[in-house]
Amino acid sequence: MKAIEIRNLKRSFGEKTVVENLTLDVEKGEVFGLLGPNGAGKTTTIRTVLTLLKPTEGQVTVWGHDVVTQPRDVRQVLGYVPQEKAVDRFLTGREHLILVADLYHLTRPEAKKRIEEVLALVDLSQKADELVNHYSGGMKKKLDIACGMIPNPKILVLDEPTLGLDVESRIRIWDYIRRLQKSGLTILMTTNYLDEADQLCDRIAILDRGRLAALGGPEELKKGLGGDRVTVQFGPQQDRLDELAGSLKKELPFVNGIKVSPASHELEIRVTSNEEALAPLIQRIHHHGHPILAIQYSRPTLEDVFITYTGHKIKEDSALL
Amino acid sequence: MKMILQETMALTMRSVKRLSRERISMVFGLIQPMLFWLILFGNLFQKTAQIPGFQAPNYITFLTAGVVVMTVLNSGLSGGVDLLFDKESGFLERLLSAPISRNSLIYSRFIFVMGITSVQILIILLVAFILFGVYPHSGLAGLAFIMLVGLLFGLGLIAISLTLAFAIKGHGNFFALMGFLTLPLIFLSTALVPIQAMPGWMAFLAGFNPMTYAIEAVRELIIGGWAWGGLVKVLVILLAFDAVSIGLSSRVFHRQVG
Repeated sequence: MKAIEIRNLKRSFGEKTVVENLTLDVEKGEVFGLLGPNGAGKTTTIRTVLTLLKPTEGQVTVWGHDVVTQPRDVRQVLGYVPQEKAVDRFLTGREHLILVADLYHLTRPEAKKRIEEVLALVDLSQKADELVNHYSGGMKKKLDIACGMIPNPKILVLDEPTLGLDVESRIRIWDYIRRLQKSGLTILMTTNYLDEADQLCDRIAILDRGRLAALGGPEELKKGLGGDRVTVQFGPQQDRLDELAGSLKKELPFVNGIKVSPASHELEIRVTSNEEALAPLIQRIHHHGHPILAIQYSRPTLEDVFITYTGHKIKEDSALL
Repeated sequence: MKMILQETMALTMRSVKRLSRERISMVFGLIQPMLFWLILFGNLFQKTAQIPGFQAPNYITFLTAGVVVMTVLNSGLSGGVDLLFDKESGFLERLLSAPISRNSLIYSRFIFVMGITSVQILIILLVAFILFGVYPHSGLAGLAFIMLVGLLFGLGLIAISLTLAFAIKGHGNFFALMGFLTLPLIFLSTALVPIQAMPGWMAFLAGFNPMTYAIEAVRELIIGGWAWGGLVKVLVILLAFDAVSIGLSSRVFHRQVG
């Protein structure tokens, strides 16, 4: 049994289809990321998993329970950390946790013990009795995570866990997520930060306009692009670049592909392995009598993956670089 | 059953804690009906008691019943406000993602708002007694019946408010509609003047306003004595009002949250 199985999920709001023909599995014990810009269908997908929305078509099972026919069983195994602000500013941190504990039917002694545990987990024990009104953004997020952990869930669902947080808080939240995974929890999260997906997720589903654009581990996806990229820039008087590209492809086994840009006098060369490719490559180019103006070596980032699969950048202002 | 009780209690306690931390709004919520209606309005219009056919000894005595029911109206119609804000802040999502009975959300609102309303009624009656010597001539049983009438009317109002909180997009629209509804409901009832003093068409419309019946019952119980026949008729009307609004509310609610 998988932690979550999504089969041919479609969700429409009136005429508008937000998620279309989505099929994916979340394995037990992994951190699975739904990556995509705003409006890609991430939140709709997790709201369906959480039983807050019913699928228009298709099937979703969580820990073996169908979200439509057994919503209560589904809710029982899930912990949910919504996007920011889902706190009541007139309650203290501890009162939030007591409320959530009651909603999951913990007994008084169970609740008391569990609340101390989750407060310690997110370093909020000291501030537990202060009104949430006085909490910083990072503290509210910690409280959100603590609330999500109260039921001792099998799967923790986080919607944009670090949206709008400062760098220090983000890193701390990442740390909690890693710790929770180590303790055996399965984690499903959405993000529109590429670095966050890269850092945290075992596997990623890239969603674009409601459809699955790519699925795999971050490294696997990057490798899928055909290796590292060497961009070689030549002077404007250089011609016969096509000829050079042809020879390099023949002579060097580690070259996977070359893109020629005559207008900018550039070769974009995809190479299999690592830096070892660079020296022989430069040598061969010199051998063919082409002086190099500049050379740039780069590993593919998740951003490259995203562009390759969706044909556009993830929304500029949302990518934290 | 035990689970629903635990959920409902937890959600009700949340509202109680919130209230205890919003003291200013609590105090003003309580003072407003007394200062504005009972003291200012009551004194301003005391000559109304000279209208022929007026049965109360003075206008304040007459108005007290109106103020009691108007307070029920205000509290009841704002009963959905917290849910509306929870919906907008995303807190409702957190509640709904928990394995709770959806009805617990509704039950906790009913319990909380009706609790507040009961306290408000008692305070208004106490102030009316201290300042103006007005008290229910029907005694303690009469007081109990005043509370019953208030709560039965409040029940249907809370249901309407919850329905609107779910059906309407945005709290701006919600408050606009509430403001639009409140005054006509008050003026098309016998809260401020007896039915004999109203223009014909208004008196006619007031006959369809459940508020009129709640006020008549409370007024009867305050001014003196009580007629079982009239009281039973009012209780039946209010129960019918509750049944209709709760039926409507439950349909809208379950369509929204499943």
